Amino acid sequence: MSTELTQAPGTAVPDTVANAAATPDREQPFAALGLKEDEYLKIREILGRRPTSGELAMYSVMWSEHCSYKSSKIYLRQFGEKVSPAMKKNLMVGMGENAGVVDVGGGWAVTFKGESHNHPSYIEPFQGAATGVGGIVRDIISMGARPVAVMDQLRFGDIDAPDTRRVVDGVVAGISFYANCLGLPNIGGETVFDKVYQGNPLVNVTSVGVLRHEDLHLANAKGAGNKVVLFGARTGGDGIGGASILASDTFSAGGPTKRPSVQVGDPFAEKVLIECCLELFRDELVEGIQDLGAAGISCATSELASNGDGGMFIELEKVLLRDPTLTAEEILMSESQERMMAVVRPEKLDAFLAVVGKWEVETSVLGEVTDTGRLIINWHGEEIVNVEPRTVAVDGPVYERPVAYPTWIDALQADTAAGLPRPESGDDVRGQFLQLLGSANLADPSWITNQYDTYVLGNTALSFPDDGGMIRVDEESGLGFAIATDANGRFCQLDPAQGARLALAEAYRNVAATGATPVAVTDCLNFGSPENPEVMWQFSQTVEALSDACLEMEIPVTGGNVSFYNQTGTQPIHPTPVIGVLGVIDDVAKRIPSGWQDEGDNIYLLGTTRLELDGSAWAGVIHDHLGGRPPSVSLDGERELAALISAGGDQSLIGSAHDLSDGGLAQALAECIMRFGVGARVWLDEILERDEVDIATALFSESTGRVIVSVPREDDVKFRGLCEGRGYPVARIGVTDKENPGLEVQGVFTVALDELRQTHRATLPARFGATISE
Amino acid sequence: MRIGVVTFPGSLDDRDAQRAVRLAGGEPVALWHGSHDLDGVEAIILPGGFSYGDYLRAGAIASLSPIMSEVVDAAGRGMPVLGICNGFQMLAEARLIPGAHTRNAHQQFIRRDQRLRVENADTAWTTGFVEGQEITIPLKNADGRFVADDETIKRLEGEGQVAFRYIGVNPNGSMDDIAGVSNKEGNVVGLMPHPEHATEAGFGPDTALAMSSGTDGLTFFTSVIEKALIK
Repeated sequence: MSTELTQAPGTAVPDTVANAAATPDREQPFAALGLKEDEYLKIREILGRRPTSGELAMYSVMWSEHCSYKSSKIYLRQFGEKVSPAMKKNLMVGMGENAGVVDVGGGWAVTFKGESHNHPSYIEPFQGAATGVGGIVRDIISMGARPVAVMDQLRFGDIDAPDTRRVVDGVVAGISFYANCLGLPNIGGETVFDKVYQGNPLVNVTSVGVLRHEDLHLANAKGAGNKVVLFGARTGGDGIGGASILASDTFSAGGPTKRPSVQVGDPFAEKVLIECCLELFRDELVEGIQDLGAAGISCATSELASNGDGGMFIELEKVLLRDPTLTAEEILMSESQERMMAVVRPEKLDAFLAVVGKWEVETSVLGEVTDTGRLIINWHGEEIVNVEPRTVAVDGPVYERPVAYPTWIDALQADTAAGLPRPESGDDVRGQFLQLLGSANLADPSWITNQYDTYVLGNTALSFPDDGGMIRVDEESGLGFAIATDANGRFCQLDPAQGARLALAEAYRNVAATGATPVAVTDCLNFGSPENPEVMWQFSQTVEALSDACLEMEIPVTGGNVSFYNQTGTQPIHPTPVIGVLGVIDDVAKRIPSGWQDEGDNIYLLGTTRLELDGSAWAGVIHDHLGGRPPSVSLDGERELAALISAGGDQSLIGSAHDLSDGGLAQALAECIMRFGVGARVWLDEILERDEVDIATALFSESTGRVIVSVPREDDVKFRGLCEGRGYPVARIGVTDKENPGLEVQGVFTVALDELRQTHRATLPARFGATISE
Repeated sequence: MRIGVVTFPGSLDDRDAQRAVRLAGGEPVALWHGSHDLDGVEAIILPGGFSYGDYLRAGAIASLSPIMSEVVDAAGRGMPVLGICNGFQMLAEARLIPGAHTRNAHQQFIRRDQRLRVENADTAWTTGFVEGQEITIPLKNADGRFVADDETIKRLEGEGQVAFRYIGVNPNGSMDDIAGVSNKEGNVVGLMPHPEHATEAGFGPDTALAMSSGTDGLTFFTSVIEKALIK
């Protein structure tokens, strides 16, 4: 962003309110700042004059899609409306705050949220991904919580495309660098390669924090006379217009480089900021803390004031700068990282300054809370902003974008996988199984996950490659939470509503498979351009289905993120709603891993297998096919299944549990074996007969509501009793085998452990470089 | 036994080191980098993390902290000092042990459960092991490649100052597969892997018996505590 865009031409001093009133006809660069003409006229109407260049800067970032949710707002309301009393019971803070907060018992609460950093991560993968971690972690801190874990959901282009390695290398190194340096264990996530993300990778990061009930803080500016303090890193010229220019527009070939709009991260500064903020909260020295993320000071001042008593006075020249040549407008828009804004009572200011001084965090008092109802910002004594804060932060434009049913979807859904040839001979089945096992999205992701610290903080009970991550919250009681995130863009492309239900069901099932009870949901909704009516149809279908499904499963959506404009040119990505489900477990000692550890355990398949190969990994990998309709799902069934596993886990009857999803039963069996190197003999006769399916369907179908569990011999009778009492379909399909640690599907094929591992492990290192392993 | 754990700006595994001391039966004492007060502790741990963001070189700035002059003095008087990962880097920067650390040979951060051989069971932190014992300790670092000139390596090998060696695989390109070293007297020990993350069943590395059940790291802390009790 060059200064001549934001500053009145020919003036050395910034554009003051008086000047704006006196020069109503001055042309302003609203379009270059990402505002539409009607939005600009609306600003003039609100102010009763033209905005100053500073005000224009603020409105342009705050009214951007990224900050204002102007295209999604009318849909997102459903998450707040479709709520039953049972869903509210444990909800301490719901939608609309920095992050949702859930009561997990024992006086403890957990706050969690996912956020996207897609466009920056394509332009500058390392910094884009690193600052994605930084931003979501600051959201967690601002609730008064200690961040305790992160997860990442990554979607890259075709694994063999020439540019993919650049993006993968940078994104993974950026996440690794930032989260490891913050001392946060990375406990899970997803990695998907698909050509639809070629020009627009998705980098979503979820963070989880833990707090005592009494430590909960909301970011608002109350109490006239209270001081407004900016602390943390100095403000620089990085990330100017990140939210408005970068996140809220479509990439186009040949346009100007947007690289200067990417922020630069310093995790050391953020680590110190975490400890400093937690000490400020602990010693009750702040009324509230707001993180500075998208739209920087514009966002923090207007949001704090809107959520509080409505007025604030700021002297902008007091902002500490990294670059003294920054203009007032640039300071307002800068998205420099690792900054926080606090509201502090005057009598506590000295104690506040002592704590930030101890942590050597730079601090400046910018102004104070007022009861004027106006956000007034001065620059060297001259008024450059005078607005009602709600008009900036809350009452932005709301669009009811055109929605159009994509007629191409009829042909896509008609083109089912039913006609694709399915293997019959044992050799063919074996070959396809191995082809799937080594395919980009089913291969071992440890090239990525081995770059993440899972140990730090010492409370990680489960992480990769288990179905969900699990963290101990209370070292005395063992109370903990589990979290899993899922999305299947292929299913969503075939049917966005069903795809959303499937993502929720899978994340729910994954959490249940760890032994935890699902209690809350966050989402990170990644879509193409909202200006494309077909994308808006996908979006509306997704939100409606997801909110209905959450109501049906009785778990509330506590917050989330919408990322539009994920497309290069006119081709949008597959709709990719990443759904995160949080669960609670009363003692992490009861956790259930995803693989077999012992000899002679019985292996049970819970659930029914149907001919559901449309959109499956099998159809994609073996036949390069995407068409038909995604699998059916019974949300009631998922709840029954979760309750069954929970009961089994409580009575310690279950040695392991692993959900069936991408790649079906065959992939799940292989993963259970490779987890600890314990093999299995498996027979499918009962499944083939009972479910009336062929071998290929039994092994590769992606029917929902299915989990394989292993049960120690001595608990077998009890486990069978548990299943019978509940009526959930169950079949014994095998037994674990430590002596022959491979997979034997009786009468079909056998693969030794070494071959399983070699096939599974080779894929990523072959593309991205050798990795350390024995 | 009171064991101090120093927190620097950017320390990450400090609370984990405190937990490990507690699990071993000791009393952890939080020490602050900016102070000259060792608070009467009988042993000191420099924990892992990215002190000062690894700026300049890993451990370089922290080695000049006010408390480090006290740590150097105490080490000279024979107090047991354990440097873990970033703490190992600080020990090298403070010249309490020879050698230095550079970027991992494969240029990436790595986290893995690492097998080690105990090469010297006579240091203050290893008496609970037997020489040649194989243990598994989590490793996680970006700058873990131990390097020194030939003469120093020869001396370290000759005088039994190589405390731990990587086995199975050398994860970072360290010379002679060196994972940890001690000073000549054996009271100061530094290593890249994190013993504090193998002290509590359920949260350690996997073993042949069960998931996350590895507690080989506990012996580091019980060694120093038991020795103090005998005295």
